[in-house]
Amino acid sequence: MLTIKNLHAKIDDKEILRGINLTIKPGEIHAIMGPNGSGKSTLSAVLTGNDKFEVTEGDIIFNGKNLMDLSPEDRSREGMFLSFQYPVEIPGVSMTNFMRTAINEHRKYKGEPPMSASDFLKLMREKKKLVEIDSNLTNRSVNEGFSGGEKKKNEIFQMAMLEPKLSILDETDSGLDIDALRIVANGVNKLKSPERSTIVITHYQRLLDYIVPDYVHVLYKGRIVRSAGKELALELEEKGYDWIKKEFED
Amino acid sequence: MSIASQMVNTTEQFIKLFEKNQSALSNGMHPKVNQLRDVALNHFKQTGIPNTKVENYKYTNLQPFFRPEYKQIITKEDISDNSNPNFKCEVPQLDTYQLFTINGRFFQGNTFPKLPDGVIICSFEDFTTKYPEHTEKYYGETAQVNSDAMVALNTMNARDGFVIYIPKGCIIDNPIQVVNLMIDNTDLFVNQRNLIIAENDCQAKVMICDHTVSTQRFAINAVTEVFIGERAVFDIYGLQSQHNMTTQVAGTYITQKTGSNVMVNNLTLHSGIVRNNIYVTLDGEHCETHLYGLYLNDKNQHVDNFTFIDHVKPNCFSSELFKGVLDDYSSGSFTGKIMVRPNAQKTNAFQSNRNLLLTPDAKFNTKPQLEIYADDVKCSHGATVGQMDENALFYLRSRGLSKEEARILLMYAFTYEVIEKIKVEPLKEQIRGLVEKRFRGELDKCESCVVCGQLGHQISCL
Ligand SMILES: Nc1ncnc2c1ncn2[C@@H]1O[C@H](COP(=O)(O)OP(=O)(O)OP(=O)(O)O)[C@@H](O)[C@H]1O
Ligand SMILES: [Mg+2]
Repeated sequence: MLTIKNLHAKIDDKEILRGINLTIKPGEIHAIMGPNGSGKSTLSAVLTGNDKFEVTEGDIIFNGKNLMDLSPEDRSREGMFLSFQYPVEIPGVSMTNFMRTAINEHRKYKGEPPMSASDFLKLMREKKKLVEIDSNLTNRSVNEGFSGGEKKKNEIFQMAMLEPKLSILDETDSGLDIDALRIVANGVNKLKSPERSTIVITHYQRLLDYIVPDYVHVLYKGRIVRSAGKELALELEEKGYDWIKKEFED
Repeated sequence: MSIASQMVNTTEQFIKLFEKNQSALSNGMHPKVNQLRDVALNHFKQTGIPNTKVENYKYTNLQPFFRPEYKQIITKEDISDNSNPNFKCEVPQLDTYQLFTINGRFFQGNTFPKLPDGVIICSFEDFTTKYPEHTEKYYGETAQVNSDAMVALNTMNARDGFVIYIPKGCIIDNPIQVVNLMIDNTDLFVNQRNLIIAENDCQAKVMICDHTVSTQRFAINAVTEVFIGERAVFDIYGLQSQHNMTTQVAGTYITQKTGSNVMVNNLTLHSGIVRNNIYVTLDGEHCETHLYGLYLNDKNQHVDNFTFIDHVKPNCFSSELFKGVLDDYSSGSFTGKIMVRPNAQKTNAFQSNRNLLLTPDAKFNTKPQLEIYADDVKCSHGATVGQMDENALFYLRSRGLSKEEARILLMYAFTYEVIEKIKVEPLKEQIRGLVEKRFRGELDKCESCVVCGQLGHQISCL
């Protein structure tokens, strides 16, 4: 599904990703952990095509397509989704209008006609229920005045609407209370299928109790320095990152 | 000849023209109107057509655009074609009292069935003769000739325009829609003088649409005096949709009495060079004023909004929100003058001007100007000139919206705050659609007037 080869990326001449290699197969769940500032969000931004970062070396292949040739919107239409660590507030753009436009752009890309108004409303209702999101939130402007937890739920709601093939959840658990965490995790799990893959970026084991990863990777200073099964997350929870940092001090 | 002396000549020529036309302009008009011509002339002689050396016109030089060689229509006899302008309102589900002016003159074919008792809608010319006592009381009181050279020029040449008079306690539900049309076969200087009087306790709304129908150059100098009586509630909606060869100075001079509430919401959808002067005098306690403005500029368009809110009496509230989107190499400016007089304690005055620049070549100047002489007041102002939010753009694109679609959505979102203040629902819908079309580049001003359905004559887009 996704193959990242020797990926290097920089911003303002500062190299942040320094040779990332990662392969994700359909149906797999990968957790990426790592200390603050190690490049996790940068990786998700580069994967989704944010041109703030310049890719200087390497390749990303997504379902047989070279992502470097694709705009952010085409990556989305190809089935890539990012749940942002910091969702953006967009006053004046209503959630409903935003989602309707997004859905129809996806359909157009696939050569399908726009969704009828009633089908769209039905879909909204169904997905809102899935993430137990307050009905009022979708009547408001995108993320405007949403609480931290509501913003994260809203990301999962959008994910449920768009049914992506690869979801990247960047610290979707931060700022969630216990109930919201369970709801969000359920939302993710309900979308789980043999074709869909997930990258979960997190600092805590908590979320991984619900969304059980097949692999856990540690990102440190722009490189994946360790990969193992789900037990690695537990080990990190217990020992912190110091022992890894020591091994890889340049 | 140097440029400077050319400019001096322009002013001199306007003076000469006036002296030549003065008797025709004065013929049959109310004495006050005629007396004020001389006062205005004296002031105009000292100032002339403003250029950027005049502090209040720092960002807009009017001299190149007001040309004395343009034709000027003075009396009824000068109008060549007075046929029915074939009007049709395109705002669905909206019943209005519609009136036209053509090249600054009240259209004689206007009819108003079902107008509530006591309401007068007529030409300025007729009003001054038929209602001398109202003319005496209201004319020239709000738009002071010594406040602005363009008011002086307008007062010198005042002859026609529209008058709306709403008597005491009268509540009119349907908006009164004024459609100002520019249509001629030569370049035109238009001097239009309007008067709106809303007596105590009345409630009404006026929509004023400015349109160009033919492709000629139009230099428009309009002054509208607005008198709002005690406890009156009055809304003014403005829509400027004109071709690029238009220069318009639109002066709205409002006086509010005790307990009155006024909203002005002006949209400059498309034009050439625009200068809007909005002056409000809060001459009574417990008044409320809401001024909203939206301007969408591209190519070489220039929109200059100049507002002056004069808090004369205590316990009044004023709030201003002006927003603009500037594309290409267009330019604009906003000046927000707020005066709080020594006696005007407990004044609340808020002002905000926000601008979205879409290109590095677009330019905007914004200038708050607060003069506060009372100590117990709350005033705030804020101004921003910024670019499109890249993070928001990326967020939308990451959900599959094309770059173009995302940009339009964000531009539209930027304007939303101002549009939402429109209280007439069908008008709000219509404006929403127009603004979106404008951003999509689908605004076909060539075929018909976008709000009124006024047919153009195969105008090419300039
Ligand atoms: N716009 C930017 N300009 C300059 N430096 C940046 C920018 N964005 C990120 N960085 C830097 O890149 C590095 C990696 O940041 P990134 O956000 O990817 O870290 P992270 O692993 O997601 O951290 P966290 O766990 O705190 O979310 C940091 O040193 C950060 O300061
Ligand atoms: Mg991060």
